[in-house]
Amino acid sequence: MSEQFELVRGRSAGYWLLLAALTVLAAIGLAAAHYMESQGHHVTGMNNQVVWGIPHVFAVFLIVSASGLLNVASMASVFHQPLYKPLARLSSLLCIMFLLGGLVILVLDLGRPERLIVAMTHYNLKSIFAWNIFLYVGFVLIVASYLVTMFEHNLARYSGAVGMLAMLWRIVLTTGTGSIFGFLIARQAYDAAIMAPLFILMSLAFGTAIFVLFLWGVLRLCEREIESVIVQRLGRLLAIFVAATLYLTLTYHVTNLYASEHHGVERFVLLEGGLYTQLFWIGQVAVGGVIPLLLLWRCLTNGKSRTVVAASLLVVVGGLAQVYVIIIGGQAYPLVMFPGSDVSSGFFDGEVGSYVPSVLEFALGLGGAAFALLLSLFAMRILPFLHSARSVAHR
Amino acid sequence: MAPHRLWLGLFALLAVLGLHSSATAESEYLTFPKAKGEQCVEPTDVMRRDHMKFLLHQRDDTVQRGIRTKQYSLIECIDCHAASDDNGELLRVDAPGQFCQSCHDFTGVKMDCFECHSAEPAAGAVSGDRQHMLSMLWPMSDKSNWLRTLAIPRDRGTD
Amino acid sequence: MKAAAIAGLFALAPGVRLVQLATAKVDAAAASDETRWGLLIDATKCADGCDACVTACNDEHGLHGFDRPQTDAQWIRKVTLRDRQTKKVTTLPMLCQHCEHPPCVDVCPTGASFKRADGIVLVDKHTCIGCRYCIMACPYKARSFVHESLSQQQPHSPRGKGTVEGCTFCVHRVDRDREPACVESCGSNGNSAMIFGDLKDVDSEIAKTIRTAPSKQVREDLGLNTAVRYQGV
Repeated sequence: MSEQFELVRGRSAGYWLLLAALTVLAAIGLAAAHYMESQGHHVTGMNNQVVWGIPHVFAVFLIVSASGLLNVASMASVFHQPLYKPLARLSSLLCIMFLLGGLVILVLDLGRPERLIVAMTHYNLKSIFAWNIFLYVGFVLIVASYLVTMFEHNLARYSGAVGMLAMLWRIVLTTGTGSIFGFLIARQAYDAAIMAPLFILMSLAFGTAIFVLFLWGVLRLCEREIESVIVQRLGRLLAIFVAATLYLTLTYHVTNLYASEHHGVERFVLLEGGLYTQLFWIGQVAVGGVIPLLLLWRCLTNGKSRTVVAASLLVVVGGLAQVYVIIIGGQAYPLVMFPGSDVSSGFFDGEVGSYVPSVLEFALGLGGAAFALLLSLFAMRILPFLHSARSVAHR
Repeated sequence: MAPHRLWLGLFALLAVLGLHSSATAESEYLTFPKAKGEQCVEPTDVMRRDHMKFLLHQRDDTVQRGIRTKQYSLIECIDCHAASDDNGELLRVDAPGQFCQSCHDFTGVKMDCFECHSAEPAAGAVSGDRQHMLSMLWPMSDKSNWLRTLAIPRDRGTD
Repeated sequence: MKAAAIAGLFALAPGVRLVQLATAKVDAAAASDETRWGLLIDATKCADGCDACVTACNDEHGLHGFDRPQTDAQWIRKVTLRDRQTKKVTTLPMLCQHCEHPPCVDVCPTGASFKRADGIVLVDKHTCIGCRYCIMACPYKARSFVHESLSQQQPHSPRGKGTVEGCTFCVHRVDRDREPACVESCGSNGNSAMIFGDLKDVDSEIAKTIRTAPSKQVREDLGLNTAVRYQGV
């Protein structure tokens, strides 16, 4: 069993440079958060019209991806796909670290981050947000237990059961994350049951893409090539997930377009929203959807790993654009308090909310992502998460 | 004697001294402006240990249930304990050397209260005069002031 | 000595003791669900260009802006409506609607956003972590986030950086049998477009008015049963 996995203890200058860069990014993120907390949020681009900004885009992206990152391990334990068994440890590790990265961003962006202990001890059980706190914390514990069954030979027989629990839990968790928006009756862009399944498919797409990218990157660090059989299979999965995400997006918009009531918000996102429209069509649909699908389709014939890696990168970029349009676009579109009337006030009623992200917010968001990557690489130095070349060779 | 024992001994001594100093009524280490009135709503040693207990209970009563009794009201505390400078300008109770801040500085316990709560009596209140902010809201203002100027101990409850 | 002083007090002013008792009872009384505070706004009486209610609220609660309209707090604001079909223009004040089924209370993870027994929806700023989810959830944009450090707060209206806030129906006044600052200023400047009172008291002015004159809630379709009703919209 021990020959199946190996430590990643890089010695090259590139490896140490990478760790150093990630540490610096994480430190800058922490400093930015401290500045935001001590000065107050007026130093950011967030305001009373758009209360959740770039930090939340990154946080939601990381959390949603974390859920999807576990899919590789789920396929191994729950769906008994032997190819993925050597990848299950890495999948679980990335799941935990990306979740932690996202949560760190959320906590640091709170108006009162020092009141985290209040959030952990006072629960309004009607709040999907409160449920998410239970779900996230529970998920970390479950996936940690899952890892224990993978590492500890005597407990290996439980990995199926714990894996099943982890998979069901992440479906509930991602449903909960999507419902954070889906349950909001106030906003034209939210208040839709489709948000939950959309987020589940987004998680599968983003998670698979990030897994491919991380695996490829780490193997390059170890001067190994990513195994063709893995990248081809994951590439095909990625294509299915991206197509499904596009399908649900299409359903969401077509349904909205059928209702006169929603024409305002649809016109905003699809036509007249400026940055939001560009991010939707170019970012989400083209870069995050159509182009990766074309690349992955080509890959069926040319079989190049590079193509899958490129497609994965595009899915990640498009995914960030998608989350931006959902979170920020959804807030920017004005509330419809008096249907049938044009509304104006000194508090920006009736206007598209203005939001110009600040450097601080990017620092915090990127810092959280860097933190997740840093923790993952660090963990891989300490315990054997990475599959060895021979573990896949004979499959 | 081994160096670590010396440190342990010193630490123990300081701990004992620290404990000792909070048990006494005098505050020989600190100086801060005297409060108005003869005594607080509770004895000094009770207040020293338990003032947060009273405040935390009162805040839930006030915010969540709308009970605005005056005994543990923070506004009342500040009204008595806030001092003024030589020009008659009101000083914040969390300013260095003022009532709350002196002990909190000494014990190293950061106060959160005045992030939100006003650390001064209401702008209309004049130093030395017991009229406080609530009297502006209360219909029966002048009668309550008159009561207080006689320095009669407060009720512990309604009777 | 103490007994003598008290006796002397009674001799001087017999009524004083009773006054103290009466106000002490009011103080100790908790909010109860036998009351539901409501507000009726007559948009036809609301004058275009008048913002007395906004000024009164800002003064009462110490809402001093920082000349940053995007992030400055606003608990009540004047809104101008222009019907797209009829072109009719209406102005009215918009504030927290103090819903019976407040979305902000539903979504608050810590329970800081809560509805008091008498229907007033408040933020318990001791528990608020500043996540701003309630601001996302509110259909009326009633809440603001405090984006900077504050000082010189009004003693009866604590507010601070990193927490969320909104109209409290001037709960510190209401608990002492007064009406909110906005209502008082609207009355004192002559428009009298706002009536505040107990919706559950059949004899109150507000209850009598809404029984006879047409009024509606904003976004009544959302089923939130707001305590604020509008006429002339």
